[in-house]
Amino acid sequence: MSILVDKNTKVITQGITGKTALFHAKGALDYGTQMVGGTSPGKGGSNVDITLENGSTVSLPVFNTVNEAVSATGATASVIYVPPAFAADAIMEAVDAELDLVICITEGIPVLDMVKVSRYMEGRKTRLIGPNCPGVITPDECKIGIMPGYIHRKGHVGVVSRSGTLTYEAVHQLTTRGIGQSSAVGIGGDPVKGSEFIDILSMFNDDPDTYAVIMIGEIGGTAEEEAAEWIKANMTKPVVGFIGGATAPPGKRMGHAGAIISGGKGTAAEKIATLEACGVKVAPTPSEMGATLVSVLEEKGLLDKCVTCK
Amino acid sequence: MNIHEYQGKEVLKQYGVAVPEGKVAFTVDEAVEAAQALGTPVVVVKAQIHAGGRGKAGGVKVAKSLDEVRQYAGDILGKTLVTHQTGTEGKEVKRLLIEQGCDIKKEYYVGVVVDRGTGRVVMMASEEGGTEIEEVAAHSPEKIFKEVIDPAVGLQPFQARKLAYAINIPKELVNKAVQFMTALYTAFVDKDCSIAEINPLVVTGDGNVMALDAKLNFDSNALYRHADILELRDLDEEDEKEIQASKFDLSYIALDGNIGCMVNGAGLAMATMDIIKYYGGDPANFLDVGGGATKEKVTEAFKIILSDEQVKGIFVNIFGGIMRCDVIAEGVVAAAKELGLSRPLVVRLEGTNVDLGKKILNESGLNIVAADSMADGAQKIVELVK
Repeated sequence: MSILVDKNTKVITQGITGKTALFHAKGALDYGTQMVGGTSPGKGGSNVDITLENGSTVSLPVFNTVNEAVSATGATASVIYVPPAFAADAIMEAVDAELDLVICITEGIPVLDMVKVSRYMEGRKTRLIGPNCPGVITPDECKIGIMPGYIHRKGHVGVVSRSGTLTYEAVHQLTTRGIGQSSAVGIGGDPVKGSEFIDILSMFNDDPDTYAVIMIGEIGGTAEEEAAEWIKANMTKPVVGFIGGATAPPGKRMGHAGAIISGGKGTAAEKIATLEACGVKVAPTPSEMGATLVSVLEEKGLLDKCVTCK
Repeated sequence: MNIHEYQGKEVLKQYGVAVPEGKVAFTVDEAVEAAQALGTPVVVVKAQIHAGGRGKAGGVKVAKSLDEVRQYAGDILGKTLVTHQTGTEGKEVKRLLIEQGCDIKKEYYVGVVVDRGTGRVVMMASEEGGTEIEEVAAHSPEKIFKEVIDPAVGLQPFQARKLAYAINIPKELVNKAVQFMTALYTAFVDKDCSIAEINPLVVTGDGNVMALDAKLNFDSNALYRHADILELRDLDEEDEKEIQASKFDLSYIALDGNIGCMVNGAGLAMATMDIIKYYGGDPANFLDVGGGATKEKVTEAFKIILSDEQVKGIFVNIFGGIMRCDVIAEGVVAAAKELGLSRPLVVRLEGTNVDLGKKILNESGLNIVAADSMADGAQKIVELVK
């Protein structure tokens, strides 16, 4: 088991004829993801041929619309790499086609476009991950996004994060300690996004194959505080955390659109205090995310069960 | 992106938001001319810098004659204002807004922001005008009223009325306040603002509702569709290194410390600053070279770090995903060779093509200290700059 994606997930790439999209479609196929096609308005009916690392070539059908792609391929998920100006439209097209899951990698979407998207999605079945995120991976089964697949190992620790590279850092620290991952989810660094910590924590809580979770937050907003309260009230599995940006100056946007301390709110200190108060152990440095998890797993007698790789 | 008050008022005016008559002045003579043209008995001379708290710092003066305008303009232009938002170094005043004085009956607050929790635009209003809204929120949160706006229909008149009544706008002026709020919301959405703050909003003796101050911030991700707003950018208000970085699409923020950082990914870049501080050092900057950086981009990033004379040592911390370690290594080597490397450099590489990256660094002949982990690298650089 895992969350969001597994070996049966059929995926299409929206904007598949773009350079970035093709590069990552190949990466997904190399990993073993069931990438079954893509869209590119005006290029429907053609095919893109992708040569994999093992020398074989996969020919993916290209469609004009997501609807056509879904009915022809049976895809239930899509991934979006289109440029920021067109990304909101791409998300809404995927929602309209009633996909279960849409993962938007695109960074730099205007926030008011995302306000419209979030309104459009109300009452619809699609779950959006991102935008401005690395994607989702279930090790050895399905990789959708831009993360380096080879650092992941199959296992029982869930990872959820607002930052891409910090997710890799956490995963790497786990893997080098022999601790595999059930799924790793990047929810993205934008202020208005499809899924928040609580959405993903709740899935990990319900996933019998996940025994513990690492949650990586950063300055800006109050999603970590809300997650902390939720964890205290609902989570049956241990969660450890890390919050980036303890040294960030107020009023400055630290790379991510959502990483800003405004009006004294959204500081790392506040988030860390709330997490600790709710029973979430917070790693003192980003280098100790793995070690912190190990100490908690030991305490709970879960370490042996979580060591899945050597 | 920030703009000046006078520019903000010009933008708002296009949407029918009532603002006092005023003109920008870059010299004392221009200030006097502007006051003459306004022809009102009282004019206000206001320093234009990208920071709040100007009044308390002596950057806003009420002049009752042209001589006073000349005097105040002379006093304020060229002066370095230190407010709670400028930092201790302050900001030099290079522009003035010369504005008609108005007969203020009462001050209010109206602000528009994107609320992350609801994913919607929210309009906030308070009777406590003139005070910082954060202070009001801390001491008397019950005095702040909010309306969450549905993007499908926009701000509805009933919502604006609710706010106007809640903050006790005089009843004969409620309709004008509603018009004001509606225009403000339209401007916010139309121009992709991230913040629009009117503090204070005033009602005047002659029965007007207007913006006495205006602070507009714009979503930098949306500037591609607002060429007119982009023209309002004032490079004098920005850090030179930050301007240079933005030309190469690098995310850079100058800080006070002496350890230059080059990192890929915003989260890792923040965490790198944190870990340097944790081990007793002080980061000189935040720098995210991004996911798809080229050798040229890395070279530019390195140059920007080296151009900061405060920097006593550099820490490169890379976890390669799509960003390959060999590309980073090539960029670092190229920049170090071009500029000479007289300061300690610690490099930690992990991820895609890590072995190739390490090989390039080792064979470069440069004096580079390799680190095994983020913690190891941070400790090494902190030690080296001591």
